[in-house]
Amino acid sequence: MPERSITYSVALNEALREEMRRDENVFVMGEEVAVWGEGGGVFGVTKDLAGEFGEGRVRNTAISEEGIVAIGVCAAVTGMRPVVELMYGDFLPLAMEPLVNQAAKLRYMFGGQARVPLVLRTNMGAAGGKAAQHSQSLESWIMHVPGIKLALPSTPYDAKGLLKTAIRDNNPVVFLEHKLLYFTKGPVPEEEYTIPFGQAVVRRSGRDITVVAMQAMLFRCLKVADKLSQEGIELEVIDPRTLVPLDEETIIASVKRTNRLLICHEAAERGGWAGEIGMLVVEKAFDHLDAPIVRVCGKNVPIPYSATLEDAVIPSEEELTAAARQLLKW
Amino acid sequence: MEIAGNSRKEPVKDSHPPQLLIEMFRRMALIRSFEARLSALYTQGLIRGSSHSSIGQEAVACGACFALQETDYVTSTHRGHGHAIAKGSDVKRMMAELLGRATGYCRGKGGSMHIADFSIGMLGANGIVGGGIGIATGAALSSSVRRSGQVALCFFGEGAINQGIFLECGNMAALWKLPLILLCENNQFAMSTRPQETTSISDLSQRAQAFGIPGFKVDGMDVTAVFDAVSGAAARARKGGGPSFIEAVCYRYEGHFSGDSLKYRSKGERAEWEEKDPIVKLRDRLVNAKLMTAREADDLAQRAEAKIDDALEFAKASPLPDAASAFEDVYA
Repeated sequence: MPERSITYSVALNEALREEMRRDENVFVMGEEVAVWGEGGGVFGVTKDLAGEFGEGRVRNTAISEEGIVAIGVCAAVTGMRPVVELMYGDFLPLAMEPLVNQAAKLRYMFGGQARVPLVLRTNMGAAGGKAAQHSQSLESWIMHVPGIKLALPSTPYDAKGLLKTAIRDNNPVVFLEHKLLYFTKGPVPEEEYTIPFGQAVVRRSGRDITVVAMQAMLFRCLKVADKLSQEGIELEVIDPRTLVPLDEETIIASVKRTNRLLICHEAAERGGWAGEIGMLVVEKAFDHLDAPIVRVCGKNVPIPYSATLEDAVIPSEEELTAAARQLLKW
Repeated sequence: MEIAGNSRKEPVKDSHPPQLLIEMFRRMALIRSFEARLSALYTQGLIRGSSHSSIGQEAVACGACFALQETDYVTSTHRGHGHAIAKGSDVKRMMAELLGRATGYCRGKGGSMHIADFSIGMLGANGIVGGGIGIATGAALSSSVRRSGQVALCFFGEGAINQGIFLECGNMAALWKLPLILLCENNQFAMSTRPQETTSISDLSQRAQAFGIPGFKVDGMDVTAVFDAVSGAAARARKGGGPSFIEAVCYRYEGHFSGDSLKYRSKGERAEWEEKDPIVKLRDRLVNAKLMTAREADDLAQRAEAKIDDALEFAKASPLPDAASAFEDVYA
């Protein structure tokens, strides 16, 4: 039987449904999660869950991001496994207090007495003109805070497997989806599986340059890799899948073979995780580098509305191609 | 746009100045004509991202803004086109912004959710629910410190009153007697969610009691009811009496945005509210008071349509922004 193909959004929905069936402590909470559109969730992730599990376990909330996350934190500390949703990642700043000062700290500062099995799902990325307050990629903010795990699935398979792992984890997990990926399809097996955190995937093998990218930018890099391959340039494209914990070994091992590193993310370059991975390689594989590490990232500006402007601030295939060629000149 | 209505023979006296009523009618018609274009523009791919129509809520925008002075401030929401037009923004530059053109208010960087016109105190639409509350409170503090006599009016939806910032700013504004008007536009829906599903009280104006400020509930389908309430609140604010909270009860005729399937409500519900349509109601009132003939009212509505045609033409003829401008104005 051929493997079935489902969307990223449906894969996430299945993960929620299966975990809610498996563990009665798992519940979902957020704005518009029960009714909106075709039965829940602006991107359909919580579709029809309210029908199966009832409003007690699929809680439609007021527009109160700080409250939603704060309630989630405390429900987690007292034995539940909440999966809270923020409709857009741009609303994370509204909820930073309970996330950064509470969820990330409670266990540590109470000497290990508490555990916070909270999943905070939201999304990143520009998607067709949503402009400055609905397009940001803020994963590097989260990566900076000790005490939080951070997953960013790129495919439907990863979306399902990583979300199940996130829900079963006893720590706060920020689970960042990407708006452009919700309706992309990919193979997802019928049978149960989970994906451990901290295991990168080599999406494409190559000898010339190691490329690290995730989500929408991963697919852009893979496209560039296909084109360059026709010229005999072989990129090795790595998808870390989780930034915390980070699979350092896979990246280091690859750089030791290719001797060149390019990192691409959609988030603004300054202070972004590309710098973190670049520094990691400098510390652990400096002797193996034949060229300076290159970053191709979002520009250090807010995301603008008009298409000509939006395109100008997000890494393009042309920029990536030029950066790869430049790296090979060394 | 069609405006139906019945006219009576005897003139009915109206306590509001005729010119004010006519101007408010003209502006409400302009908002409706502007908003009525959104869905076609979206379908044609001329608008990107999300755009939110305020059809049905014109009386709140106009009643409030006509009770203010040009130098007064307003902050708006994601559903902000009507507020901008009511405050006096140019529909040409608004339409250009929706089409992502260099001539738009934000030079194509903001789009529908971020239109601002600082020249008339319109401090911007905002994509964050409740985002305008803090901004308006800050503007009110500034005007209080500068003793400028300006009032800041904050439009926000009923969905925003459960954001923490409402409590935080409402308290400080009340404590410091800031010239702030908290105008809660209760259009019955936060996306698909009704206030009774998320808010513990049904009379939202009761929230004012927690701050010790006056709270009013007005018919948001009646432009003069809104005008009167905001006029009173503005006069009080200018005299140092502090903030007021006004809940204007109205109805969002269209979906949350262009493309909403509206499965969460019945068509009949909209029809019931259309019986109280704010523009039809004002038209009838003008005609009944013999301030305008039915024909003049129709002409006026036609002129609003023509103005939007011009705006669209202007926007389409305007250049797209130069990609290099994406890097301008990040810092002053």
